[in-house]
Amino acid sequence: MTSISSLSAAFTGRDPDHQLFGPVPDRTGQSYEAVHPKRVGFFTDTSVCIGCKACEVACKEWNTLPMDDAHGQIDALGLSGESYDNTGMLGANSWRHVAFVEQSRAVDLPMPTVGLPGADAGTRPLQDPPVVHEGVPASATTAEQTDPQQTSSGDREIRWLMSSDVCKHCTHAACLDVCPTGSLFRTEFGTVVVQEDICNGCGYCVPACPYGVIDQRESDGRVFKCTLCYDRLTDGREPACASACPTQSIQFGDLDELQARADERLRALQDKGVEGARLYGRDEGDGVGGAGAFFLLLDEPEVYGLPPDPVVTTRDLPSMWRHAAAGAAMVLGLVAGAFAGRRR
Amino acid sequence: MSGAAGTPGAGGAPAAPDTGGGPGTPGAGGAAGIPGAGWRRADGAPAQGRERRRRGGRRGGARDGDPVVEEAAFTSYYGRPVIKPPVWKQPDVPLYLFLGGAAGTSAAIGALADATGRPALARAGHSVAAAGALTSVGYLIHDLGRPERFLNMLRVLKVTSPLSVGSYVLAPFSALTTATALAGQLGWFPRLRRVSGAVAGVLGGPMTTYTAVLLANTAVPSWHTPYRELPYVFAGSAMAAGGGLTAALTPVGEAGPARRIAVAGAAIELGTMHRVEQGHGLVSEPYRIGRAGVLLRAARACTAAGVGLTLLGGRSRAAAVVGGSLLAAGSALTRFGVFDAGLTSAKDPKYTVAPQRERARTRDAAGEVTTPLS
Repeated sequence: MTSISSLSAAFTGRDPDHQLFGPVPDRTGQSYEAVHPKRVGFFTDTSVCIGCKACEVACKEWNTLPMDDAHGQIDALGLSGESYDNTGMLGANSWRHVAFVEQSRAVDLPMPTVGLPGADAGTRPLQDPPVVHEGVPASATTAEQTDPQQTSSGDREIRWLMSSDVCKHCTHAACLDVCPTGSLFRTEFGTVVVQEDICNGCGYCVPACPYGVIDQRESDGRVFKCTLCYDRLTDGREPACASACPTQSIQFGDLDELQARADERLRALQDKGVEGARLYGRDEGDGVGGAGAFFLLLDEPEVYGLPPDPVVTTRDLPSMWRHAAAGAAMVLGLVAGAFAGRRR
Repeated sequence: MSGAAGTPGAGGAPAAPDTGGGPGTPGAGGAAGIPGAGWRRADGAPAQGRERRRRGGRRGGARDGDPVVEEAAFTSYYGRPVIKPPVWKQPDVPLYLFLGGAAGTSAAIGALADATGRPALARAGHSVAAAGALTSVGYLIHDLGRPERFLNMLRVLKVTSPLSVGSYVLAPFSALTTATALAGQLGWFPRLRRVSGAVAGVLGGPMTTYTAVLLANTAVPSWHTPYRELPYVFAGSAMAAGGGLTAALTPVGEAGPARRIAVAGAAIELGTMHRVEQGHGLVSEPYRIGRAGVLLRAARACTAAGVGLTLLGGRSRAAAVVGGSLLAAGSALTRFGVFDAGLTSAKDPKYTVAPQRERARTRDAAGEVTTPLS
C-alpha cells in the first residue's frame, strides 16, 4: 500500500484516528486525474555504498546549490577534522549527505580460560582465525562473510559505514503540516517540495522536521531541501543522485517496488549472516507513517546521525490544541472572575 | 582524528539489548548481546571513559538540591545534533511570545473594565493590548527570512500549523486592539469601541496560549515533551504580565481586578513551570542548566517578588508600579528561558536520541514488531 497523505484527508472524517500519524487509508482512484502517478521514493542500500559522494556532487550540480562547509556556511572551505565527511549534515545547501563512520571491535581469540589476565599475551596465534557465523563456511574470511568494507587487523576488526542521507519525504511530513503559508506541498508523486516563490522564511519547518533535514539559507532567508528532483520527475527522468550512484546504493523507483526489493535484500544479507542489517523508514506503522526515502543500515540509526524512533510532531497536535483551548478558557474565566469579585 | 575527543560518546549503551533485526553472533562469542555486535567508533576512547568525561565535563550542571538525572547513554554521529535547532532569532521570538501574551490578557481586562465602569483600567488595558499586539506583530515580521512576504501568512488557513492559526488570531486581534485604543484616546465611536474591545477581549484568550502550541508542535524535545503543561505556563505568564502592567498603569482604586489577575497568573506560572522543569526526566534538564537555568531562576525571583509587592503593597501606587514591572519582567524571562531551553535540547543529540532509544527499547520489549523481517 503506497497511498499518500494530504492535509485534505484530515478533514474527510472517514478515518479520524489515523490522519495525522500512522498508516494512511488507501486513496487509489480518488484523485482528480484519471491516472495518478504512483508514489516514488529512494531505497538507499548502505551496504553497497562506497562513500564516493557522487550523489552529493550530482545533486549540487543539478540543483545549482551553493558551496558550503560542514556547518552549512556558504562559500566556506572547511574540513570537519573528524572523518572523510566534510559535508557534515543535510541542510539548505546539501540535499545529499554521505555519512562516514569508522568502527572497530575486539575479536574474540581462542584463549585459555584459566590464568592471569594478560599472561597468555605471548601465546596468541600469529594469524587470526576467522570469526565464524551461522550458515557461513568457516573457511570464508571475515571480509567475505560480511562486506568488502571490513577488514581485520591483529585482535581488532575494522569496518567503514557509509550512508547517503537525504530528505525522507515522510508519509506524515511535519514540515508540510506546520508550514503556515502553504509553501511546502505534496506533489503528485507523493514527495514533499518547497515552493520557493511562496516561502516567507518563517522557519517553522526547520525545528519541526524530526530528521533535521530542512534548513534556512541565511543569505536568502528562505528554506531549502531535497525536491526528489521534482523537475526531472515531471520529465520522466530519475533524480540526479540516483543516476550518478555507481554502485546502485541509491535506487529510485515506485515505492512499493522499492519496498519489495529492500525486503528481499535484507533477507539475503541476513541469510549471509551480516550482523545488524535492518531497514530504516520502511515500516508504515512507524512515527512518520513510513518514509518515501528509506534505508538499509548496518548499525543503529543514531550511529549514522538518524533519530532512532522519529515521530511526526503533529501526532500530538489535537491534544495540544485542546490544552491551549482549556488554557485560553481559563484565562478568560479568571479575568471575568476577578471582575465579578468584590469592588475595590 | 584527535578532534573526535571533544565529541560525546559514539559508544552506545553497554547494557542495551541487541535491538537490531540481524541474527545474533553465536560463533563470535562475546560480541553477542552487545549493541551493534560490539562495534565502536574507531577513533575515540572506550565508551566508558567517554561517558565519565561527559559527566565531569558539564559545567553548570546539576546544582545542589536538584534531582539528579541519570546520565544518558547514547550514540551520535560525531556529537552532531539530530534535529536542526530553530532558526528563530533572539530577542525577536521570545519578545513576540511575551508581548502577545501580555496583550491578550490586557485586552480581556480592558473589555471587562469598560463593561464594569472602570475607565482608567479600560484605557490601560486597551493601551497595553494595542502596544503589545503591534510590537508583537513587528517582531514576528522582523524574524521572517523574507519580511516583505509576511502577508503570505494569511494565504491559507491550516489547523495543523499553529503559526497559521496564530496569524489568524493575531491579525484581527492587533487590528481590533489598535482601533479600540485609538477610539478610546480620541473619544470616537464609543459604542463601536465597546464591540471591538469585547471581540478583542475574547480573542485575547487564544492569544495567550497559541504560542505555547507553536513551540510544542516541533521536534525540539524540551518543547514537545511538556506540551500538556506549556499552554498553562504561557496562560499564567500572560496573566501575570497583563495584570501587572495594567495595574501599574492604573490608579490603585480601579486596579483591584488587575492585581487579582496578576497574582493568580503568577501562581499558575510558578506552579506549572515547576512541573516543566522537574517532571520530564532528561528533557527537563535543559530548563535547569546553563543560560536557561539562570533565566528561569531570575524569572522565578522576579515573579515571586512581584507577587509579594502586589499583595503587601496595599494601596501604594509605587508598590503597584514596581510589583507590576517585576511580574512583567518575570513573564518575559520565563519566555526567554523556555526558548533557550529548547535551543539547548535541540543542539545536543542526547536529548533527541536517548528518549527515542528508550521508547524503541520499551516497545521492542513489549514484543511489537518494528522491522518487517525481524
